[in-house]
Formats: sequence, structure tokens, C-alpha cells
Amino acid sequence: MAAILLDPLATIGRATLGACRVTGSVALFALEAVSHLIRPPFYLRLFWRAFIEIAWFSLPVVALTAVFTGMVLALQSYTGFARFNAQSTIASVVVISLVRELGPVLASLMVAGRIGASFAAEIGTMRVTDQIDALTTLSTNPMKYLVAPRLLAAVIAMPLLVLVADILGVMGGWLIGTLKLGFVSAAYLKSTFDYLQFDDVFSGLVKAAVFGFVIALMGTWCGYNSRGGAQGVGGATTSAVVASSILILALDYVLTEIFFAR
Amino acid sequence: MRDTSAEQGLGAAMAAGVPKIRVRGLRKAFGPKQVLDGVDLDVAAGHSMVVLGGSGSGKSVTIKCIIGLIDPDEGSIEIDGVDVLRMSRRDREAMGDRIGMLFQNGALFDSLPVWENVCFKLLAQNRISRDKARDKAAEVLAQVGLAASVGDLSPAELSGGMQKRVALARAIAAQPDIIFFDEPTTGLDPIMGAVIDGLIVDCVKRLGATAISITHDMASARRIGDTAAMIHKGRIVWTGPAQSLGHAGNAMVDQFANGQREGPIQMELRR
Repeated sequence: MAAILLDPLATIGRATLGACRVTGSVALFALEAVSHLIRPPFYLRLFWRAFIEIAWFSLPVVALTAVFTGMVLALQSYTGFARFNAQSTIASVVVISLVRELGPVLASLMVAGRIGASFAAEIGTMRVTDQIDALTTLSTNPMKYLVAPRLLAAVIAMPLLVLVADILGVMGGWLIGTLKLGFVSAAYLKSTFDYLQFDDVFSGLVKAAVFGFVIALMGTWCGYNSRGGAQGVGGATTSAVVASSILILALDYVLTEIFFAR
Repeated sequence: MRDTSAEQGLGAAMAAGVPKIRVRGLRKAFGPKQVLDGVDLDVAAGHSMVVLGGSGSGKSVTIKCIIGLIDPDEGSIEIDGVDVLRMSRRDREAMGDRIGMLFQNGALFDSLPVWENVCFKLLAQNRISRDKARDKAAEVLAQVGLAASVGDLSPAELSGGMQKRVALARAIAAQPDIIFFDEPTTGLDPIMGAVIDGLIVDCVKRLGATAISITHDMASARRIGDTAAMIHKGRIVWTGPAQSLGHAGNAMVDQFANGQREGPIQMELRR
């Protein structure tokens, strides 16, 4: 009886300690990376390379996601709101949903899959092939060289991507609204902008910056701590995507709560 | 590389009590496994030491402790009489500027062309402009027998032997006074291995550097080493002239150098 009771307790204890260890490790890693952002030398070329990788090469997938999300949102809203004769609010619902929630979250999930995995795989491969040790022997701090530029690039690139996603998502909704649902273009657009406030856009962009930080942090942390060859790098890549996706959804609630309270 | 004058110099340096690298009582455990169990090592300035030992005996960990990639649990590591483990982080980084390292698999940066790999340290420290770095890379590549045009290739386009040469060029480009070689001939055919050994001997001699090499290749050890040390179960069990490997008069060294199955070193097999 005691063994039955003790085993689950031991399991819970081990899991809790493991979670604390990982959380502490990520937090220390983040602190060190951020400290390198404000101390020279600065690797502007690496920042620029990461920025292009995130902002430019993620644009197609984010754009497609946003356009289709806007289209689906307009259709679904129409289906639901027609039951209450509230079709005229569709444009507002689409723009507020996109700008406050769906734009930042869906764009970030897409970027997490693309960039988080890429960071983890690249840095993980560098770890298992001694390239990170080589950096140290070449008088270069790996955190400053590999992690800090990626973090900064993601924090700056994500709000820009989300801004584009917001615009394209609204256009998707407008397309369905005018072509399929019979809205007058000018009226749809007027309704879109009448109810949109600065805070809606601002909260979405703040979320995007936070999510960008999380994506880059988890991608680089998982890669930096990968072990054991190809299998280790594969595991790090998977962990980076899963962890950043879950954190994005959890932080989305936290940030929404904070902005909602305002 | 080894000659009578080298041995006399080694003896004189040791007698003066100022080895370039002095390791005392180095201990390091990973979990329950005690990898280093009191390593003592002296390397005289301008000399080349080869560290031998079976897989898992602690050779690489010893070198990584000296370079600063791993923090030992106990012991001291002195370079030019200064204990590097007691240095501030900044001083230790400055000490790292004087050290070069050739990794076993080259560890070239995939994302950079060869010329940028070669001049990485100089560029990172702003000791050279990017324009001049190309010329400098061509100069160093020539020292390891590679054409300047190789500088524009990516590491993935190079053969194993060429990658080792580029890695050697990167290790010596900043003209370090201590160089570490981690199994420099592993994975190379015997002729290319001899070529790399020759380049290592030339480069170390030209720079007047102190070198520590890890190798399992006895022919390579005799070519590049002035002295040799054997590490077994985390301790140095023998040091002596590299030329005596194979007939050192130490049962462990002779068994290892001659590749004999029977002897004091027993393979630990997991069942």
C-alpha cells in the first residue's frame, strides 16, 4: 500500500523537480542572452540575417494563413450572426478578432513551426559537431554570437509580420464579405475601421513581440542544450516547436487578461 | 619534430620549474563517473606533447578543462605560472586569445565560407578588416598547402583532408602560442595523415608554439610529439619521449602502443 502511494508521489516529485530545473535553466539562459543584447560587440550581420529569415522568408506562410483565416472568419461570423440579424457587425468582428487574437497567435504558431525548428536544428547541429566549442576557442561568446541576434531579430520581426497578417486577414474578410456575402465594399471597410481602436492593434503587436521572444528563446535553448547526435538534434527541434507553441497559447491568455483588465 | 636539443630544452625548462602548462590534481566527475582522478601534467614552452589513452580515459576532458570548455571539480591549471581557474572571466577570455584548437571533426562553421572560417578569430576581435581578411586567409591557406581559391568554397564542398587543413589554418591564423590538436589524423588515409602531421610540425615550429595533441595513431604520435603522456582511468600513468612509444618499458604504454590484446589494460565490456 505504501509502495503504491509512494511511487506516484515520487513520480510527481521527480516531474516537479524536472520542471523546476528546466524553468530555471530557460530563465538563466534568457537573462544571459538579454544581457548580451546591451553589451558590445554586436553582431549586426547575424541580426540582419536572422531578421530576413524570420520576417521575409516567413511572409508567404503567414500571409496565406492570415488571408484564409480572415475568409473563414467572415463566413463563420455570417452564419452565426445571421440568426440574430446582426450581419452588419461582421466586419468589426473580423477585424477585432484578427488584430487582437488570431493574427498574433496564428502567425506566431506558423513562425514557431518554421523558425523555432530552424533555430533548434541549426544550433543543435553546431552543438553536436563541436562548432559551439570552437566558437569559444575562437574568443567568441556563443550566447552573444548565436542567441542574442536571433532573439532581437524575432522580437522586432514578429510585430511587423503580424501587422502584415492583420492587413491581409482583413482583406480576406473583405473579399468574402463583398464577393460572396453581398456587402457593399465601402460600407464593409467603414464598419471595419469605425470600431477598430489603437489599443486593439497595440495589444496585438505587443503579443507578437512577446511571442517572437518565446519562439527564438525556445528554439535557441533547445538547440543549445541538445545532446547525442542526429537523434538529439531531432528531439531538440520537436521540443522547440512544441514548447514554443504551448507557451504562445498560455501567454496569449495571460496577455489578454492583462490587456482586458486595462 | 623531436631532437636531442628539444629534449635538453624540455629538461631545462622543467628543471627551472616554469613549464608553459602545468596541471595538478585535476579531478572531474560526470554524475557517478569519475573521469579525471588527479591528472598531473607539465608541458615545457615550445614543446609538443602527445597524450595517449583508450577511449573514455579522460584525454579530451583534460584538454577541455585546460581550454576552459569544462570546469574541473578540483585541481589547478597554470599557464605561464598563472592559475587560469582563479582568473576572472574577462582575463580567462583574454588568455583564450593565445590558444588555438584543432577539433577532431574540424568543427568548421557550415554557414561561413572557408576564408571567413580561417580568419574568424581575427574578424571577431576586429584585428583585421573584412577586405584584408581574404588576403590573410589566402596567406594562411597557402601555409597548409591549399590554394587561395579554396577560400571561396563552403566547408561542405571540401574533402576530409581539406577540412582538416582548413581547421589547422583556422587554429594557427591568429598566431597562438598554445595549440591543441584533438585526434588530428582520425578519419584520414595514412598518406593524408602523414601530410597533416607534417603541416602540424611545421606550423608549431614556425610559431614557436607549445602543443598538446590527443591521438590514437602511434605513427602520428611519434611524428608530432617531443614527449608523450599516457592517461588511464583518469590519471597520467607514464610520461616519456614520444620516440620511445612501443618500447617504453612500461607495460601499459607498450600494450597500448603495440595494440596488444593481452596486458594490464583490460577492456571494460558491458553485458
